[in-house]
Amino acid sequence: MNSGEFDLEQLENLSKKIRKQIVTMVFNSKSSHVGSALSIVEVLVTLYFNILKIETNIESYNNRTDRDRFILSKAHGSSALYAILAERGFFPLEYLKKYYTNDGILPGHLDRVSIPGIEFSAGALGHGFSAAIGMAISNKQSQNSGRIFVLIGDGECNEGSIWEGIMLAAHLKLDNLTAIVDYNKIQSFGRTNDVINQEPIGDKWKSFGWDVIEVDGHNFNELIDAFSAQHKKPKVIISHSVKGKGISFMEDKLEWHYKSPDNEQLTKALEELEKK
Amino acid sequence: MRTTFVKTLIEIARKDDRIFLLTPDMGYSVLEPFREEFPDRFLNTGIAEQNTIGVAAGLALTGKIVYVYSIIPFVTMRCYEQVRLDLAYNNTNVKLIGIGAGLTYGSLGPSHHAIEDIAIMKAIPNMTVLCPGDPIETRELVSRSYENYGPMYIRLGKNGEPKIHSEETRIDIGKAIDITNGKDFALITTSNTLETGKRWVDEWKKEGIDVRLISMPSIKPFDNEKIHDLLSEEMSIITLEEHNVIGGLGSSVAEIIAESEKKVKFKRIGLPDKFSHYVGDHRFQREKFNLIEKPSVDFIIK
Ligand SMILES: Cc1ncc(C[n+]2csc(CCOP(=O)(O)OP(=O)(O)O)c2C)c(N)n1
Repeated sequence: MNSGEFDLEQLENLSKKIRKQIVTMVFNSKSSHVGSALSIVEVLVTLYFNILKIETNIESYNNRTDRDRFILSKAHGSSALYAILAERGFFPLEYLKKYYTNDGILPGHLDRVSIPGIEFSAGALGHGFSAAIGMAISNKQSQNSGRIFVLIGDGECNEGSIWEGIMLAAHLKLDNLTAIVDYNKIQSFGRTNDVINQEPIGDKWKSFGWDVIEVDGHNFNELIDAFSAQHKKPKVIISHSVKGKGISFMEDKLEWHYKSPDNEQLTKALEELEKK
Repeated sequence: MRTTFVKTLIEIARKDDRIFLLTPDMGYSVLEPFREEFPDRFLNTGIAEQNTIGVAAGLALTGKIVYVYSIIPFVTMRCYEQVRLDLAYNNTNVKLIGIGAGLTYGSLGPSHHAIEDIAIMKAIPNMTVLCPGDPIETRELVSRSYENYGPMYIRLGKNGEPKIHSEETRIDIGKAIDITNGKDFALITTSNTLETGKRWVDEWKKEGIDVRLISMPSIKPFDNEKIHDLLSEEMSIITLEEHNVIGGLGSSVAEIIAESEKKVKFKRIGLPDKFSHYVGDHRFQREKFNLIEKPSVDFIIK
């Protein structure tokens, strides 16, 4: 199995490409959640092109039960994951045109039976995290070397189930589990820390028994170091990110949780990405 | 229906300062007018539905009349035990407002579809279940929810449903409403299928089939008498709902027929007992589940 060795420039180029796919998909389908997808691009690129040990051959992907698994618990960021999986060869790029359309293939939230590479069907917040803990427990019990990675939203951390899971994972010393909090500071109906203050977020996880690493969620060096750090406890990477990252008029704006770009905005977005 | 809800609630809140609105982080571009007018009676409790329901119960037990607003699965299923115990068992004056009846949320998928909510909510003692089918029913039943004590669930569509009833129609909890006066058979709709039911009845009329359209927004309490009246007339009955055929409107009607000593032709139209793996908008989903074209009624009309 190949975790892929991509250099920084390649990773940057990939991010640019993924972002273009995301805005185009959201434009085509007039769907929501573009900001939520744009904030996790570097995390997903790092995982799928540098960290995860997975087969690139889809036939063998599912058969390798010792594969690393990634679960997108904030499943409304699906467009980012689809673009990544397509780029990584899980399914034809053409499918991206079938995102959130009539007679489509890729639903707004994740459906395990839609395409290969989706580890968990989700869409309600605060579920994927618990399932990831279950997978981590299972792998440890059967001495399976596959590691489990799960990405949750900062708003998602409002859910009680997240904190139930945080306690259990630490109690069981799940050193095969890595959580990523996409700390983009905006949720559905307000700024994250105005709705319910999460700070000091790192100290909270730490006091619950997790290894905590805080990074700039758009910086590959920091992400790679954080993912590569050894850990004896479950590890959380607090990824400070910008909702709508990469497109000036979408950055850090609540409305882009809902809106999709019009023609003009799409052109502008693609131009901006090209210049980067 | 969302805007009708918030408009109606604002009017009530102007007259009664016990009204309180909670949302577990939903309601962008809908709830702002309420938040602006009554900032101290509005609270975003975060994406934490279980806690939100318990908090609502506490507010209600200290004198508030509490409305909780979210997408249907999150305000009913995510927090079901809180609803059952904190609202129903404690018999608190809390009204749940659920958005997105049936397949409204189309491409967002089964996590956002609501096809079991009527079944689970009507099975809870003390709980009133209201499923308005147009903006008038919404306005009326939101008003009734304020006038009547107790835990209630109001199932709404989203936006853009046409008005079927005339402006001055009054609608009461526990009462069905006759919309047309046909004699060939009765079509009973609930919730967001009213519009479709109306269209079907108009189409049948053109074919010379004379159908009695009945809207049944009140699922619990249920208008048993209306069904008994139909049975006395020996009317065949078709029910239409955007909900699993298990446990919805059709089931309620079937139970009454089964326990009566009458025999009439009867058919439930609704969703099969399946999650939708189709990707597509509301209309597309409805097409896939045969909720657009009217059904054959050859088994009734020979
Ligand atoms: C249980 C549940 N409640 C509510 C929602 C509706 N919802 C979808 S996205 C979202 C906000 C998520 O915020 P966050 O976790 O910060 O992710 P972001 O979009 O900011 O990346 C909400 C409340 C949901 N999907 N699931």
